[in-house]
Amino acid sequence: MIEFNRVTVTYDGAAEPALRDVSFTVPEGELALVVGRTGSGKSTLLRAINGLVPHFTGGTLAGRVLVNGRDTKDYRPRDLADVVGIVGQDPMAGFVTDTVEDELAYSMESLGVPPDVMRRRVEETLDLLGLADVRDRPLTALSGGQRQRTAIGAALTSHPAVLVLDEPTSALDPQAAEEVLAALQRLVHDLGVTVVMAEHRLERVIQYADRVIEISGAVSTGLPADLMVTAPVAPPVVELGRLAGWSPLPLSVRDARRAAGVLRERLGDHRPAPRVAVIGEELARCNDLVVSYGSVPALRGVSVALRAGEVVALMGRNGAGKSTLLNALVGLVQPRSGSVVAAGIDPRRTKPKQLIKAVGLVPQEPADLLYAPTVAEECAGADSDFHVTPGRCRALLERLAPDIDDEMHPRDLSEGQRLCLALAVVLCGAPPLLLLDEPTRGLDYGAKRRLVEILRELAADGHAVVLSTHDVEMVAEVATRVLVLADGELVSDGDTATVIAGSPAFAPQVAKILAPLPFLTVGEVATALERAS
Amino acid sequence: MRAVHHLTLPRALHPGAWWLWALGLAVAASRTRNPVLLVLILAVAGFVVAARRSDAPWANSYLAFLKLGLVVIGVRIVLQALLSTRSQGNTLLFTLPQIPLPDWASGVKLGGEVSAEAVVTALYDGGQLAVMLCCIGAANALASPRRLLKSLPGALYEMGVACVVALTFAPQLVTDARRIRGARRLRGRTRGSFRTTAMPVLEGALDRSVELAAAMDSRGYGRTAHVPRRQRRITGASVLLGLLGIMLGVYSLLTDAMAFPVAAGALAFGVLLATGAMAVGRQRVTRTRYRPDPWALPEWLVIGSGAVAAATLIVAAARGVEGLVLPGPLVVPPVPLLPVLGILIGLAPAVAAPPLIRRRELVPA
Repeated sequence: MIEFNRVTVTYDGAAEPALRDVSFTVPEGELALVVGRTGSGKSTLLRAINGLVPHFTGGTLAGRVLVNGRDTKDYRPRDLADVVGIVGQDPMAGFVTDTVEDELAYSMESLGVPPDVMRRRVEETLDLLGLADVRDRPLTALSGGQRQRTAIGAALTSHPAVLVLDEPTSALDPQAAEEVLAALQRLVHDLGVTVVMAEHRLERVIQYADRVIEISGAVSTGLPADLMVTAPVAPPVVELGRLAGWSPLPLSVRDARRAAGVLRERLGDHRPAPRVAVIGEELARCNDLVVSYGSVPALRGVSVALRAGEVVALMGRNGAGKSTLLNALVGLVQPRSGSVVAAGIDPRRTKPKQLIKAVGLVPQEPADLLYAPTVAEECAGADSDFHVTPGRCRALLERLAPDIDDEMHPRDLSEGQRLCLALAVVLCGAPPLLLLDEPTRGLDYGAKRRLVEILRELAADGHAVVLSTHDVEMVAEVATRVLVLADGELVSDGDTATVIAGSPAFAPQVAKILAPLPFLTVGEVATALERAS
Repeated sequence: MRAVHHLTLPRALHPGAWWLWALGLAVAASRTRNPVLLVLILAVAGFVVAARRSDAPWANSYLAFLKLGLVVIGVRIVLQALLSTRSQGNTLLFTLPQIPLPDWASGVKLGGEVSAEAVVTALYDGGQLAVMLCCIGAANALASPRRLLKSLPGALYEMGVACVVALTFAPQLVTDARRIRGARRLRGRTRGSFRTTAMPVLEGALDRSVELAAAMDSRGYGRTAHVPRRQRRITGASVLLGLLGIMLGVYSLLTDAMAFPVAAGALAFGVLLATGAMAVGRQRVTRTRYRPDPWALPEWLVIGSGAVAAATLIVAAARGVEGLVLPGPLVVPPVPLLPVLGILIGLAPAVAAPPLIRRRELVPA
């Protein structure tokens, strides 16, 4: 169905090609997963499938890309619209109309599908993706998962043979990600659509993949189970399988659970060492905090105290009030009532210069923090903003994401790289209270591991870290305490093991596999096994 | 009777009907400065909006336009008070400190005595403009401009999409600017410069438009049947010329800038040219339309009521019916019967337009 034949893509003005000598085929009806480091060219590869690269982006494409027998050299993206449906990273950015139904019909209108066929297909797609209840809603009033499903539906109604998705679950909470993946699963199984998908969160998707296309310098393809045996980065279920020596390697929690009996016996009475945070003085406190946007309440009476040495994970659905709580802690939103004290000051009444010495926030949209035209200037600017020794920001960036070109414009970086740059900017001030709003969106496993190390160091140095995230594996690795928000209220607050291990949505893979044993990460299991033998 | 002709079967009214109705009220407002009639038009528009608006985000625009109207009135009164001379009347209201101006500006006066006549005239003039704005606001609230653009003729489709995209981007820019101003605090910077505020906003907007363009391209936007270039240019030129004719005609009809026959001729010529060109241009377009809004009895009734309101006041103004123009600023405004009745007919859509479809979850099972 899709054939890449010695494809090399070079963007205008770039010294290095974005993709080098890529050859692979994806047969009809398969779900192919594209994996690779952040900035390795995954998006370029996906966009080459429908000819956006090079017709839309410019640059040169050497070699040949064939989709359903059509050469993208001769067909523009709009002429491939009946064969390839594409869903970008941010579904909101690709919406053309303003209600769900109109959005679903848009591609068909462009293709000139007769009205009665259109009407039928829209109804079918609404049912297929579970969108019938929201069919006449404005797109802005949808939840994250509904938006993503609408975007998928909009690409599907023209009955393309190939569906291309760029990180379809990275911005979604675990429940919404489940919805989207279940919908995709149905498409592949029932309709025989060929799906090509890029995703960093392997733990969510690897079990559904028929084939993995790995970009790391060269491009290799293979069956997921084969590639995972040697892959340098792998989801926890695979790492646990490797540690326990299971063969064949399980890719899903269910398969691993069936193999886990022996491991549970080997672990016997051994329990993970309790996470001891060296908890110091109180750094921040919210008292009965109420925030609303217009008439919509975002937080209803949240009281919480944060202490030095803690790494607190803030979890909950999209729209539960996580970002609002973080913004209130740096004084970006005006509370309607209640008080906020962060590092001894009221963030609303403090000058920015004093404020950043007390609290630092990496916002959800990391690009908001970046002004300079090059990475090097951005780092130099951050050093002078935070009054630290020149070169500190650049060194932090090098640690988070190695080999970023100094002369690049921050907006030309990949989403993950841009986040690393914003993280480096804020981390170089090393404020006592550090807040991170969804710091793992678009980060690969390597960058995530380095971020975990840095956060642990900061906590050990007596900083308090709060991160809002949907990434349960990250929470299991780094958090000492978890807060769960729902509908603007605090519904649980406790140490990591108690809060996430028991929850069906928030439990990490290791906890699901080894339940009822209270292990959360592969590292904990490895330590316990060492002690057992 | 076909389902679309029912007045009570819930469905969304054709956006064009709402806009024409609102335009009718606006034309009616343009013919009078009698505050009683102006307030009546405002109330009619407000009542229909309250009766038939949806709960979509754009449905609040009537209120927004109402506020804008108050600002217009306020600005007008302040300027008039600052610049007023005694030419309009002698009833002294109060005296502002006068700012002496150099000799060459001898005709102009800043501050000084403010007469009641000047202020009241400004109030009525500003009120007329504000009411016309509110009519546009009512149309906005009842049918988003996006929906209106959706029913544009095929030949204008691409232009329509460009407008739609621009319409979405303006409010987005405001939210972006607010967010970026907040983020500046996080870098410890107090003052913003062009580089730290405008640049990120513009870059963000550019990124988004590129993203949207890519999405539209991959979804088949701009797929066209082949038409010779010469023909394409001729159609394009005649559409523009036709629109120009329509604009001239409407403008001079509303303002009496040209003699009636000339203006009407320009309008007719424009309409003819534009429709002809669009019919030819349609060949190029291979698009189809999903669930086009029907045009049936309710639509006719709605635009009919708007037209009656407009026609009553146009005819009354042309015939010199008393009460449309006040004899002086400080008299009690009269209540002319015929125009009042005409405007009240504008209320018809509150009943004639089908009610909205209720959200599914609100309907009892």
